Amino acid sequence: MKVVFLGATKGMGRSLSRLLAERGEQLFLLEHVPEQLERTARDLEVRGASGPVQTADCDLLHPETFAAALDAADAALGDFDTVIVTAGLFGTQQQLEDDPDWAARVVTANYANTVLFCEEARRRLLTRGGGLLCVFSSVAGDRGRKTVILYGSAKAGLSHYLEGLDHKFRAEGLKTVCVKPGFVKTGMTAGLKPPPFAGEPDDVARRVLKAIDRGRPVVYAPPMWRLVMCVIRNLPRFVMRRINF
Amino acid sequence: MASQPYRTRLTAWGRFPVLEGFEIMSEDLEQGVAGANLCRGLGRSYGDAALPATVDDLVANTTLADRLLAFDPDSGVTRAEAGFSLFALNRLLLRRGWFTPVSPGTQYVTLGGMVASDVHGKNHHVDGCFGQHVRSLRLRLADGRIIECSEQREPELFRATIGGMGLTGHILEVEFSLRKIPTPWIWGESERIDNLDSMVAGLKEAAVGWPMTVGWVDCLARGEDLGRGILMKGRWANADEAPDARPPLKRRFRVPVELPNFALCRPSMKAFNVLYYRKHFQRIRQGIEHPESFFYPLDVADDWNLIYGRRGFAQYQCVLPHADDNGPARRFLELFVSSGGGAFLCVIKDCGSEGKGMLSFPRPGISIAMDFPIHPTKTQPFVDRLNELVIAEGGRIYLTKDALSRPEHFAAMEPRLEAFNAVRRKWDPQAKLRSALSVRLLGDAL
Repeated sequence: MKVVFLGATKGMGRSLSRLLAERGEQLFLLEHVPEQLERTARDLEVRGASGPVQTADCDLLHPETFAAALDAADAALGDFDTVIVTAGLFGTQQQLEDDPDWAARVVTANYANTVLFCEEARRRLLTRGGGLLCVFSSVAGDRGRKTVILYGSAKAGLSHYLEGLDHKFRAEGLKTVCVKPGFVKTGMTAGLKPPPFAGEPDDVARRVLKAIDRGRPVVYAPPMWRLVMCVIRNLPRFVMRRINF
Repeated sequence: MASQPYRTRLTAWGRFPVLEGFEIMSEDLEQGVAGANLCRGLGRSYGDAALPATVDDLVANTTLADRLLAFDPDSGVTRAEAGFSLFALNRLLLRRGWFTPVSPGTQYVTLGGMVASDVHGKNHHVDGCFGQHVRSLRLRLADGRIIECSEQREPELFRATIGGMGLTGHILEVEFSLRKIPTPWIWGESERIDNLDSMVAGLKEAAVGWPMTVGWVDCLARGEDLGRGILMKGRWANADEAPDARPPLKRRFRVPVELPNFALCRPSMKAFNVLYYRKHFQRIRQGIEHPESFFYPLDVADDWNLIYGRRGFAQYQCVLPHADDNGPARRFLELFVSSGGGAFLCVIKDCGSEGKGMLSFPRPGISIAMDFPIHPTKTQPFVDRLNELVIAEGGRIYLTKDALSRPEHFAAMEPRLEAFNAVRRKWDPQAKLRSALSVRLLGDAL
């Protein structure tokens, strides 16, 4: 695999990129803090990524960086066939309610700009007969919930977009994998009280990698969250108004 | 987006004490430690070394800063971020034929913690402490500067940081040398030993031919049997002895719930100790061993500290000078047994020479480590008595294990403390970097 990875420096992206490196895949990393990017690139090389791991600047808050970053990846890898996006912003519902600027950044980066990035990647993959696009959405997008109103709304849009891509382009060879992590213990959620069924990033990464290999369109991780969200999606509104989930 | 500090209750492996403070976790350690009073890794020290000094102090958790930055497959020189764990190192590099030059008794430790505690292992008599194999450290000082220190650059700070309990600067990166091993398997030999004199003699004898030795002592045995136990020796197996396969992943167990405080009472400990001793039927056993069962026998049970119940437990480790009649070690064990101390595990090891760390624990002599459940009133006076004996015998204690020693006792054991404090004051005049341990033992102001 020739993988372009947006978000490998942190959290689940770090775990997933390490699994790919240990399998000896070729990796090209995108992100916007050069020093962090360099460190992660060295880490993945030592862990077994094939060839040097190169990087390019790409900021989810600045869509104008997307095209150049993907061009650089194409040049370095020689036509990539896989694009993985784990990057995203987070804030608790309270933080986002209190800080409209933060809310704007979260909603823009996690929905509008992630979609724009995927569009750039999709076009490139389709011109060469397809490939795989794996994007981390969230279980927060499965239902409007009190605790993730803003964050969840952006993820809901993203999940819909990925579903649409899958419907339209799978026949043309573009596989879309929409990852819906439940609560996972990463830096993003440090300090939050883990609910039951909280996952470890390495376990989630193993599950996602399996889904990538099989080209499954939707993957919940940890798997228990598929059941949890099935229940949540079917709860009547009067219940949703009462519970704090 | 920067990670945010959050309020939490922190404890370490002994689950005593439990203290409140702020913690921050960040993949970007440089950013995470800004404003922090202390760093903390996997929390495998036993006492209060990795705990905040006050409820407002900030502890930076390093475990997300776990990137390998360089590995030279020719020389074994490796550089990684401070939160990189020995577990990750073993998973990645043991099968490629590399191992840490010094390993403590658990692999759930970070490099930063291994430096701050200047850990030692079964090979101390030949290879010394981990600090001996550290080439360079990247530190964030109390004033915010980031520097690289080594034997060549700021050697005094370098030596104070090794074994310095994280009080001289935040350790960001560690560069050290790995050791090439012939196979990832251990050739081990274990021997049943009748008493303390034979144990010490056995350790000394084994030290000549074996790179790794350690003894387990039944510390409920008294009189004639005092010091009886099992002596374990090991070396890396050669290619012609070892199986062709790689060591399989070890199955791990969980202790599912915290056991009640009385679970580890005297009879249950006695039963465990007797069984452990008796199940070694043959006087000598030898053969190929899985490296994890040799180095990390307790790691098979995740959360084994829960067996001590809600109150937690204390570990006590000291090193006592050698004597021809093994007097110091004998008097220590006698005091331990006669004061009603019972321990689930008691480990004995002959130490080699003193390390380069200014406060590094080992020194030539016999090291004894044991753990016991915390009792609300009896444990403190018990530790005091042990410390008084250690002072009288000219020994010292291991800070990484300690939760209960008094400052005057520690000062009496540590003639090196003044020099360490001077280096600390020089680099951190306001003592911004501090821990619950440094307030308790080193007199840091609150």
